[in-house]
Amino acid sequence: MRELGHPVILCNRQIVLLSNNIRVRVYALRQSVAVMRASLFITCYNDTLYPETGRAVVRLLERLGVEVDFHAQQTCCGQMHANTGFRGEAFSQAKRFVRLYQEAETVVIPSSSCVAMMRDQYPGLFEELGNEELRRQFAALLPRVYELSEFLIDRLGVEDVGAYFPHRVVYHASCHGVRALHLGERPYRLLAKVRGLALATLENVDRCCGFGGTFSVKNAEVSSAMLAVKLQDVIATGAEYCTALDNSCLMHLGGAMHRQYAGMKTIHLAEILASTEDAPAEATL
Amino acid sequence: MNYSHAELDPRKALPFPKAVLPVLRNPQLRKNVAHAIDVIQTKRARLVAEKDDWQELRTAASAIRAHALENLGAYLEQFEERCTAAGGTVHWAADADEARRIILDLLRQEKASEVIKIKTMTSAEIQLNPFLEANGVSAFETDLAEIILQLGGEEPSHIVVPALHVNRSQVREIFARRMGLKNLSDDPKELTNAARTYLRQKFLAIPTAISGANFLIAETGSVAVVESEGNGRMCLTLPRTMITLAGIEKVLPRFQDLEVMLQLLARSATGERMNPYTSLWTGVTAGDGPQSFHVVLLDNERSSILAKAKQRQTLKCIRCAACMNACPVYRQTGGHAYGSVYPGPIGAILTPQLMQMKFAQSLPYASSLCGACYEVCPVKINIPDVLLELRAQVVNQERGRAARYFDPMYVGLRVANLLFAKAWLFHVAQRLGRIGLGLYTRKDGWIHSLPGIGAKWTQTRDLRGLPDESFHEWWAKRGSQPGKEGK
Repeated sequence: MRELGHPVILCNRQIVLLSNNIRVRVYALRQSVAVMRASLFITCYNDTLYPETGRAVVRLLERLGVEVDFHAQQTCCGQMHANTGFRGEAFSQAKRFVRLYQEAETVVIPSSSCVAMMRDQYPGLFEELGNEELRRQFAALLPRVYELSEFLIDRLGVEDVGAYFPHRVVYHASCHGVRALHLGERPYRLLAKVRGLALATLENVDRCCGFGGTFSVKNAEVSSAMLAVKLQDVIATGAEYCTALDNSCLMHLGGAMHRQYAGMKTIHLAEILASTEDAPAEATL
Repeated sequence: MNYSHAELDPRKALPFPKAVLPVLRNPQLRKNVAHAIDVIQTKRARLVAEKDDWQELRTAASAIRAHALENLGAYLEQFEERCTAAGGTVHWAADADEARRIILDLLRQEKASEVIKIKTMTSAEIQLNPFLEANGVSAFETDLAEIILQLGGEEPSHIVVPALHVNRSQVREIFARRMGLKNLSDDPKELTNAARTYLRQKFLAIPTAISGANFLIAETGSVAVVESEGNGRMCLTLPRTMITLAGIEKVLPRFQDLEVMLQLLARSATGERMNPYTSLWTGVTAGDGPQSFHVVLLDNERSSILAKAKQRQTLKCIRCAACMNACPVYRQTGGHAYGSVYPGPIGAILTPQLMQMKFAQSLPYASSLCGACYEVCPVKINIPDVLLELRAQVVNQERGRAARYFDPMYVGLRVANLLFAKAWLFHVAQRLGRIGLGLYTRKDGWIHSLPGIGAKWTQTRDLRGLPDESFHEWWAKRGSQPGKEGK
């Protein structure tokens, strides 16, 4: 059953389908007929560097009964350009995103910083460089754009996704997740329902890891100093895996862990949530 | 002995990435900075948490400051009128040079060869002390931190706690050397007493004082100064003549606006419910306090910042320094690397603007855009947003320069933009990248060392080699929804 669909949802549906209340039964029937469609915006760096995260998202969502679609023309949200000051370039990518996804039922993005880019920066870019039509299209699209944990909790209404991950894990609350998207308890609620998982507490949880996109190269030394401080807190948890909703932070933390033989690995939250007894996460193999 | 060799002139300062290098390798400095701001941050967090209406206060303060700035001209004139009516004299200075000259002229009228000062970052902005010194006037700082810096030949590294980078034993060393106190210990009480003895002589002997202003109140023509040590109160009561230097943005419309501002300021700045001394004065009062009172209103590029809609919010700043205390960059680097009297996130946006974007262009990039500064700002300045706006201006300047083609970051991002415009181009680039990076990928699948700009990454971090199959390639093979019809 776990492989076929989400146990809670199925149970709920069976319960309401057996209900004596005709309105509840009609509603439940409609729910079971209407398949939710999600268009996966994988993001440029996940596509290139972390395809396993994308595979995990697909597996996870399909297990939950979501029909996943992937737009072959997608590239980048423009964050790297916008954050470095290349506003015109960022605008052309933002425009591209809106054109590609305006028909999508929902868009799921396994990267909190890319979602933050859209919510915080697209309006300003379109205001400055776009036309009325584009602004309107974007305004209509934005409410259907979800970061992964938002999609699971706010849209699907699930916390227990039927995952199994028998490891000690520490969650790195990325800056964009905390301060831009206000994800709050969502990732913790998802992690709490993963069987076998022991969640470690991270000191200074909302402190930046020092990645900051091109900051990590433009100010490589400060970035490294911030990373060193962050890594102390992360390693002190004694966790085997450090997870987050942003592979960019994890690339930074994981790069240092590997350099230092720290004995800890990074893994995107999607991969933990996709993991089951029968199909454990690729990172653990 | 100098604890940090800083020159806080943005025209001469090293770019931020270079300026940080000696700091990052200075264990004492980093420990001093991290310890000091962790203490303030912890106190701040506790006191903010006890206010149920913290967010409402921030909203109110932001609205008050925005309103004051939108009507700045009218409020400044009102301030001038009320201050003058109360017996003060208001001077207008278009730039640093004019402000310095006005102050020097006033001191010369008083035949003053010495002057005592309440801590004012604005005077540091216009480099007043060296100017006065060169013109035969000795300026004595009276704020404890400023005394430490002045006697030690140091520059401020923080706008509220300027000697934050100096620890107790270093203070002892400076005092012992400069005050001739060989047997001084590093007991805080003893150090404070040494400063007090030194100060008392200055307070009693020097009849002319210079202050800054936390707020100017248009409605009443009053000036407000908040402080912790009482040195300000001494400077405001004992001298015959008081000269206040204030940026034009410091104005508040009404006296009652202080109710909002003072609740936010002390909690944000020092983690106190209320700062120990809040002084307010209006013009002159016969038989009480200074009998001659001047306010120098300094523009120094502020009106040009005001003219730009996106950047205007920079001027809402009430100089609480909560942003630098919250900043993970500042926590590692301290203030001197910013090459400005205004360090940290607010300095990273204010300094380049004060320099008409001609200097300090590395500062808008001295941030990981983590947003902690915006979260704590009591007047809700969206610092990350302004950083991005300034970055865009830096890039736009770069677009006109031939040298841009030698900047790998510039070329890289321009090329990336072309690639992102067409998925097939992006995919070709991924394949080429796989081949290229493959040359650097070791057997363990990781890259340990890259050339060129990539070396900036690999100097402290490994990079996992590119996987054999990108996500979109996997998807293309798999098709959508296994078991259902593929696309």
